[in-house]
Amino acid sequence: MAYDTIIEDGIDILVAGAGLGGTGAAWEARFWGQDKKIVIAEKANIDRSGAVAQGLYAINCYMGTRWGENNPEDHVRYARIDLMGMVREDLLFDMARHVDSAVHQFEDWGLPLMRDPKKGSFLREGRWQIMIHGESYKPIVAEAAKKSADKVYNRICVTHLLMDESKPNRVAGAVGFNVRTGNYHVFKSKTVIVGAGGASNIYKPRSVGEGAGRVWYAPWSSGSAYGLMIGAGAKMTQMENKIVLARFKDGYGPVGAYFLHLKTYTCNGLGEEYESKWFPQLQEMVGKEYLDVEASHKTHRPIPTCLRNHAFISEVNAGRGPIHMVTMEAFQDPHLEEIGWHNFLGMTVGQAVLWASTDVDPKNQNPELTTSEPYVMGSHATGCGAWCSGPEDLSPPEYFWGYNRMTSVEGLFGAGDAVGGTPHAFSSGSFTEGRLAAKAACKYIDDGKAAGIVVSDKQINDRKEEIYKPLEHYTINRNEVVAGTVNPNYISPRQGLDRLQKLMDEYCGGVTVNYMTNEKLLNIGLQKMKLLEEDLEKVAAQDIHELLRAWELKHRHLAAESVFHHTLFRKETRWPGYYYRGDYMKVNDDDWHVLTVSRRDPETGEYTMEKAPLYHIVEKDA
Amino acid sequence: MPTFVYMTRCDGCGHCVDICPSDIMHIDTTYRRAYNLEPNMCWECYSCVKACPHQAIDVRGYADFAPLGHSVRAIRDEEKGVIAWRIKFRNGKKDLNLLAPITTKPWGKEIPQLASVSGPTKEQRDSQLLYNEPKYIRMDEGGLHTLESNGLVIKEGVYY
Ligand SMILES: Cc1cc2nc3c(=O)[nH]c(=O)nc-3n(C[C@H](O)[C@H](O)[C@H](O)COP(=O)(O)OP(=O)(O)OC[C@H]3O[C@@H](n4cnc5c(N)ncnc54)[C@H](O)[C@@H]3O)c2cc1C
Ligand code: SF4
Ligand code: SF4
Repeated sequence: MAYDTIIEDGIDILVAGAGLGGTGAAWEARFWGQDKKIVIAEKANIDRSGAVAQGLYAINCYMGTRWGENNPEDHVRYARIDLMGMVREDLLFDMARHVDSAVHQFEDWGLPLMRDPKKGSFLREGRWQIMIHGESYKPIVAEAAKKSADKVYNRICVTHLLMDESKPNRVAGAVGFNVRTGNYHVFKSKTVIVGAGGASNIYKPRSVGEGAGRVWYAPWSSGSAYGLMIGAGAKMTQMENKIVLARFKDGYGPVGAYFLHLKTYTCNGLGEEYESKWFPQLQEMVGKEYLDVEASHKTHRPIPTCLRNHAFISEVNAGRGPIHMVTMEAFQDPHLEEIGWHNFLGMTVGQAVLWASTDVDPKNQNPELTTSEPYVMGSHATGCGAWCSGPEDLSPPEYFWGYNRMTSVEGLFGAGDAVGGTPHAFSSGSFTEGRLAAKAACKYIDDGKAAGIVVSDKQINDRKEEIYKPLEHYTINRNEVVAGTVNPNYISPRQGLDRLQKLMDEYCGGVTVNYMTNEKLLNIGLQKMKLLEEDLEKVAAQDIHELLRAWELKHRHLAAESVFHHTLFRKETRWPGYYYRGDYMKVNDDDWHVLTVSRRDPETGEYTMEKAPLYHIVEKDA
Repeated sequence: MPTFVYMTRCDGCGHCVDICPSDIMHIDTTYRRAYNLEPNMCWECYSCVKACPHQAIDVRGYADFAPLGHSVRAIRDEEKGVIAWRIKFRNGKKDLNLLAPITTKPWGKEIPQLASVSGPTKEQRDSQLLYNEPKYIRMDEGGLHTLESNGLVIKEGVYY
C-alpha cells in the first residue's frame, strides 16, 4: 500500500476518541501532568464529534451540592433503583462527588446555563437535570481540550491498541489511519484513555432506507470504545444491559424536558392512563424490591425506566396503541411551547424537521411516542462497558487495583460510555470520568508503572497490513464480476452491517421480536456471529471512506458478540422493557444479585464469563 | 438525502467536509462542490449546515417518513454568540422564528491554559481532588465528599 507511516513517539497520555469523556481527559491531564505529552486521536473533528455533536438542551447529571440540592449518595440511590440494583456504587459515588465542579467550569467557559429566577440556582427540569442552551456544548469543551493537548489529530480512526511486548497485559499506545489521507498512524504511548463512545446501529433500526441514519444515538457511535478494549483483552461488565428508549416517534426527539419541565404526560390510543395498569403483573415478575408504587409515592423513588418501557410495550401489544404524549395542554402557554421547540433544535433537529414536514403542531395534536431499537452504551440509563478500578477511598478490594478508571489492562483507562456499571453519568459525568482517568493516568506514569515499554516493528507492521486488507481485497476481486455490488468473494461494509443488525435483532432481543430472546436463539445467533466474523475477514472497501466503515463494523461486531455472551450467561430477565429472556422471565435475586464480567481472549477469541460481587455503599431510602 | 447542497451556492470551500462527524460530506470531483455521499448515515445533526458560509446546505427530511415541502434553517454566529432558527411547516400554517444563545463569553477566551496555572502540590496529588477542587464542587463550602464525611460504609453483597 502506498500510504505513509507516521509515528508519534514518546506520548505520555493518548486520548483515543474525544467526545465528552475524551475532552475531559485531555483538559485535566494538563494540570496533573504539566510536562507530559498529551495527544488526542479522534475519528471526526473534535469541534463536533460524538454524541453531543448537535448539542444538548439539558445537563442530565448535576448534584447541586452548592445549593444543598443533592448529595452523591442520593444519586447512587437513584441510579441504583433505575438499574434494578446493578451498578458500581463506588464509581457512581465518585463521579457524583466531582460532577458539579465540571458543570461550574462549563459555566465559567461560557456555556449558557439557565437559572431559576427565584432561587438563583440553575433551572432544573427534574431532580438531576438542569437546562442549558447547549447548541455549542461540544465546541466549548473542545476548546478546553485543544488548550491542554500538545497535538490534536482529527480524522484518525483508531483501529487497535498497541500492546507492550516486555510485560503481558500492558498497553503501549494505539494505531489507526487518517480517513482523509489514508496514512497509517502509530501512537506510542505510556497510557491510553479510551473515550471512543457507545454503540448505535448494532441492532436493526426502526428507520429504513435513506432514513437508516435516524437512530437515537449518533450513527457514528460505532462501539469503538468496546471494540478497542475487548480486542485488547480488557474485562467487560454489564454488556447485557442494553437500553431501549421511549421517545417521540420517528424523530427520536427527547422526552425528558417534556415530562419533567413542561409536565406533559402519556396516554394510550383511547386517551387513557395505562401505565399503572401493568404494575401489578409486573410486580410479580420483578418483585416488590424493584416496583413498589406506594413506596415510590412516599419517597419519590422513581420507577425504573425499563419497567415504564415494559408498560408501554405491553399496552401497544394489547392493541391499544399508539401511545401519545399529551402536549396540547402545556403548549397553550407560549413560553412552554417555545421551550418545547428549543429542546429539539438544541439536540435533535430531526424531530423538528419531522413535525414541520408532517404538519404536526403539538399545540393542536398530541404526538406519537415509540420505543426504540436497543443500544449498547454506558452513560445513559444503562451501564455497559469496561470493568474498571475505583478510587482508593471508596472501593472494596475486588473493585480496586490501584488507579481510578483503569481497566483490567495496565495503563488502559476509560471514560464515559467506555466505563461499565456507571449509568446516569450523561454528558457532565462522562466529562468528569475523563478528568478522573487523566489524574490517575498521570499518577500511574509518575509511579514508574509505564517504564520499559517495548513495541516491535513487527507489531506495527502486522497491524498495518491488517488495517488495509479490505482495500486490497477489493482491488484483487472487483474485476471478477462485470459491475454492481454483488461479488462472490466479498461483502461491503454496509452489507455486513445489515447482516449484523438483522442477526442482533432476531436473536438477541431486537425490536421485531419484541425485545425477546432465549438460550436457543442466543446460541444460534452466536454461531451466525462466528460466520459473520469469518466474512468480516473478507470485507472489501472501495476507498478510504469505506475503510472507515469497515473498521466501524468490526468494532460493532466485537461489541455485539460481547452482548450475546453476556445475555446468554445471565439467566434472568433483570430489566424487562429493555429485553426479556423468555426462558427465565423472572428477576432472580438469589442467584443474580451480582455483576457479570467477561473477558475475550485476544489470541483465541474465546470468552470467559464470571460473576463479580455487588457491594452496596448506600443504605436504601428511609 | 437528508442533507443536500445547492449547486449554485456552493463554492467548494470544504468547511462542511471538515466538520461532518459522519465523514459523509465530500467534494464531488467533477463539479468541485460538496455533496452528501451516504445519506443513510446522516443524523441531520446540522453541523455542516451551521458551518457553511454560503448557506448552501439544506436538509430534506428522511424519505421513509417525512413528506416534502417543509424547511428548518439555521444560522449560527460565534461572534454574536447566537443561533437563529426558522421552521416552516409544509402546510404553511406555521412559520416559527427562534433565537438562542450559544455562549455567554467571547469565544474560547475564558478557558485557562492549565500548563501555566501553578502546578499541583503533593497534597493535591495524594488526595482525591481534581483541578479547581474543592472550590468548584461546593463553591468553598466544605471539602470533597467521602464515605466517612457522608456517614457511609460499604456493605458487602446485601440488598439495600
Ligand atoms: C440524542 C441524545 C440525547 C442526549 N441527551 C443528553 C442530555 O440531555 N443531557 C446529557 O447530559 N447527556 C445527554 N446525552 C448523553 C451524552 O451525550 C453521552 O452520555 C456522552 O456524550 C457520552 O460521552 P462519551 O465521551 O462516552 O462519548 P461521545 O461523546 O460519543 O464521544 C465518543 C468520541 O469518540 C470518537 N470515536 C469513536 N470511534 C473512534 C475511533 N475508532 N477512533 C477515534 N475516535 C473515535 C467519536 O468521534 C467521539 O468524538 C444524550 C445523548 C444523545 C445521543
Ligand atoms: S447533518 Fe450532520 S451527519 Fe448529516 S451531513 Fe451534515 S454534518 Fe454530516
Ligand atoms: S461549506 Fe458550503 S460552500 Fe463550503 S463546500 Fe460545503 S456546501 Fe460548499
